[in-house]
Amino acid sequence: MARKFTPKVVTANDLIEGDVVYLTDDGTWTRKLSEAALFTIPEEADERLSFAAAQTGRVVGAYLADAEPGETGPVPAHFREAFRATGPSNYFHGKQEAAEQA
Amino acid sequence: MYKYNDFDEAFIRARTAQFRKQVERRVAGNLTEDEFKPLRLMNGLYLQLHAYMLRVAIPYGTLNARQMRQLAYIADKWDRGYGHFTTRQNIQFNWPRLTDVPDMLDALADVEMHANQTSGNTIRNVTSDHFAGAAVDEIEDPRPVAELLRQWSTDHPEFQFLGRKFKIAVGASEHDRAVLKAHDLAVRIVRNDAGETGYEILVGGGLGRTPMIGKVLHPFLPREDLLPYVEAVLTVYNTLGRRDNKYKARIKITVHENGIDTIRALVDEQFALIRPTFSGYDQELLEEIRAHFPEPDYVKAPLDAFETAYENDPVFRSWADTNLSAHTNPDYAIATISLKKHGQTPGDATSEQMRVMADLAEAFAHDELRISHEQNVILPHVHKSHLPAIHARLKAVGLATANIGLVSDIIACPGMDYCALATARSIPVAQQIATRFDELKLEHEIGELKIKISGCINACGHHHMGHIGILGLDRAGVENYQITLGGDGSENAAIGERAGPGFAYDEIVPAIERLVLGYLDLRESPEETFLQAYRRLGAEPFKAVLYPEAKTKNAA
Repeated sequence: MARKFTPKVVTANDLIEGDVVYLTDDGTWTRKLSEAALFTIPEEADERLSFAAAQTGRVVGAYLADAEPGETGPVPAHFREAFRATGPSNYFHGKQEAAEQA
Repeated sequence: MYKYNDFDEAFIRARTAQFRKQVERRVAGNLTEDEFKPLRLMNGLYLQLHAYMLRVAIPYGTLNARQMRQLAYIADKWDRGYGHFTTRQNIQFNWPRLTDVPDMLDALADVEMHANQTSGNTIRNVTSDHFAGAAVDEIEDPRPVAELLRQWSTDHPEFQFLGRKFKIAVGASEHDRAVLKAHDLAVRIVRNDAGETGYEILVGGGLGRTPMIGKVLHPFLPREDLLPYVEAVLTVYNTLGRRDNKYKARIKITVHENGIDTIRALVDEQFALIRPTFSGYDQELLEEIRAHFPEPDYVKAPLDAFETAYENDPVFRSWADTNLSAHTNPDYAIATISLKKHGQTPGDATSEQMRVMADLAEAFAHDELRISHEQNVILPHVHKSHLPAIHARLKAVGLATANIGLVSDIIACPGMDYCALATARSIPVAQQIATRFDELKLEHEIGELKIKISGCINACGHHHMGHIGILGLDRAGVENYQITLGGDGSENAAIGERAGPGFAYDEIVPAIERLVLGYLDLRESPEETFLQAYRRLGAEPFKAVLYPEAKTKNAA
């Protein structure tokens, strides 16, 4: 039997800022993981990754990252993605800082 | 210090202008990321977890006040007001925007700095002893040779697309402060029985996935043969080195697989071929470079201010005892400024701290600063009478921590907090260990102890060479930390041995505490260091302290 598919988000880094970005349902990019589209069907995830990877003028290094459904959108399934979604733990820089200012 | 000539200046400006155009073409969509990536890496620009990272070369760790101030300016204008000094004597800026990087490179060029060859499969920034020109045990200042190698390797057409990166270090002392034996190639300036100086050439050292101690390729190379010989080594590596497997591509594997004798024979063959093409200009150039590194214009002054402060101020005395090293001039000291304040990120300095260090170098230290591979900053030439004033200024900006060589003077790579390659965090582990031992107030009693932490197998944090090494890994989706014991980055270089099963993130600091407190019980006297005790007793008693439950199980 095939292994159960772990849901995915499409993520990359912004070309100019380098900031972590996620693909949304409408094919735009967001800086918040909670706003990302969560794909539960492998074929759909692959198709959206191809779509993302083609946007070389907008993002760098698109890939599929494991995620889980949370109360307010997708949440990271692995600690590496948790750091990407939050920022470094030694300074209050990156997304955590931006979130506070928002 | 080396001063750029017209050629250097023109080269750096042309290179910066070229990169500006490359960035423009990338943003305009005329270059794909696959095309652009090798170009940005040649200019020290990485893409990390949260942002781009610009790695700036500080050749052989030497810089002046003006350059340090410019790093502070860059940190404020285009980054987050701080910089991270690395184990290869570089500085990294963690938050630049792609489109700002050409301006940052221009600002660096304004002070004769650059980010060339701080990444990519080329010859990287040449490193050296951070006490060069001041150390009591050195034969001569190794930096002119390091500068010669820097110039020779910069944009060398044969070596821009090596199988893998290539790191060179130069030393000239009995005591190795530049981790020579962990470099792809190391040049050690030595003196023979006849009193002549020459070079011992080491090759095939390296850490990472397969740690190796460098082997002697040539015990005493005549001085005029250095460049053709090093070039011959690179050519042999470039030809023979594996390109089929990234993990077997470093010269340490080439040496390991072919044997040092085969490599030596091939190098000798290539050397014989190219030696006649070196007309001796390289030696003239070396002489010219040497003139840039004169002895400081030493001042003569009374030492009363130092002696008074040393007698009366216990905080100053502790700092002086811990952070000062002997200088060739007995009225002078080498002062190490700790970037390891308890609880702070190892190797980080704010722009304000950089400016204070620049001011101090200018006012009191012959305008020189050094970066050590242990991620601290050094004022190499300080008349002792200035030390109390320097200490007071450092104290005001959180730079007067008296912990050089002690348990909290930890090397740590950026780890999972920044690095795209990392498998676990390093920085918070270092912060917590330092904070814990500061709470215990045992640091000075423990004495010399080098803890080194890497957040992945690539070993940027030199964990194999820590007396206690910590390697952060991803084990089934959680951070896990392996401990190695008995490593040594000095002239007695040794690779640490793995102690046993790894520890979870919340177990690693208590494990280190157990280990260090256990050492206090095991040592013969307060003079016996951790490493000496380990060498005398072997791993077993230390493992018993680390894994008390295993001991109980065996007894049952």
